Amino acid sequence: MADEVLFEFLHMEIVSHVYKEQQANKGEMDSKERGQCISVLESMGFRVGQGIIERLTRDSPSFKDELDIMKFICKDFWTKVFRRQVDNLRTNHQGTYVLQDNKFSLLTQLSNGKQYLDQAPKYLAFSCGIVRGALSNLGLESVVTAEVSIMPSCKFQVVIQKL
Amino acid sequence: MSRQSNRATDSKKMNSELFTLTYGALVTQLCKDYENDEEVNKQLDKMGYNIGVRLIEDFLARSSIGRCQDFRETADVIAKVAFKMYLGITPSVTNWSPAGDEFSLILESNPLVDFVELPDNHSTLIYSNLLCGILRGALEMVQMAVDVRFAQDTLRGDNVTEIRMRFIKRIEENIPAGDE
Repeated sequence: MADEVLFEFLHMEIVSHVYKEQQANKGEMDSKERGQCISVLESMGFRVGQGIIERLTRDSPSFKDELDIMKFICKDFWTKVFRRQVDNLRTNHQGTYVLQDNKFSLLTQLSNGKQYLDQAPKYLAFSCGIVRGALSNLGLESVVTAEVSIMPSCKFQVVIQKL
Repeated sequence: MSRQSNRATDSKKMNSELFTLTYGALVTQLCKDYENDEEVNKQLDKMGYNIGVRLIEDFLARSSIGRCQDFRETADVIAKVAFKMYLGITPSVTNWSPAGDEFSLILESNPLVDFVELPDNHSTLIYSNLLCGILRGALEMVQMAVDVRFAQDTLRGDNVTEIRMRFIKRIEENIPAGDE
């Protein structure tokens, strides 16, 4: 079944739609409007992440600690959502984690190198939301950002918010 | 619920859940952005069209199906190959018009609407309208102008979901000026 493709097409069309809507009134978007687009995409991802993690962890026992949760995100969760595991997980053991995916599935169709690098953030916002939503339903509030220096390799930074 | 499903089925279900949940998030966002259902329906159709014109290439590459001889063959390919490939379901093709230019796809189940309920104030929302746009866009790329609409929808209380497809005309290929 090729439904991963369907999701990728849907995701690209959603990104395109969100940006078109914002641009409807003026020619060039300012950074505030760009920020709004990213927010909209991120919050859509958040809902999806919450839903997915609920289904995924229905029958799992509870996690031992924060690191256990992050390992689950890197392995099982990433496999289910992005069809591969995170290649590298680093942490400062103080609530900050960097997840590196060298062949991020939503970027592989865009380019292999530096082309379209400036467009990458648009296509990562939704995924950041997915991760944040998943963590949220596991009891961890976080801020998730992503950066790309060479496509399709991507680093997600997760900062757990201490209450 | 039993835990008999093996990993393969789980991962297939999970992928379609990602699509289903994402689609739900999209419809929710559109309902927030636009004031009425009619506008949301239009946006879904437009977005579906944009997806369809690209999806057809992916479909043709994966399925290596040749040109269909007639609309009946088109219907079969859509139901038995395309729907199966992308949504994992095989709708049945029925209700052919006497002229052979119109038919129905009956979907027993619709993966897009898993976990979905329509609230009362959205009774005219065609939740799965993206599908109509996708079919319209895809067929336009293979030179067929069609009209696609939902005739029945389980979300609105019907027993099955029925998509009605009508052939309008063959689209002539535009030969660029200068070519013989």
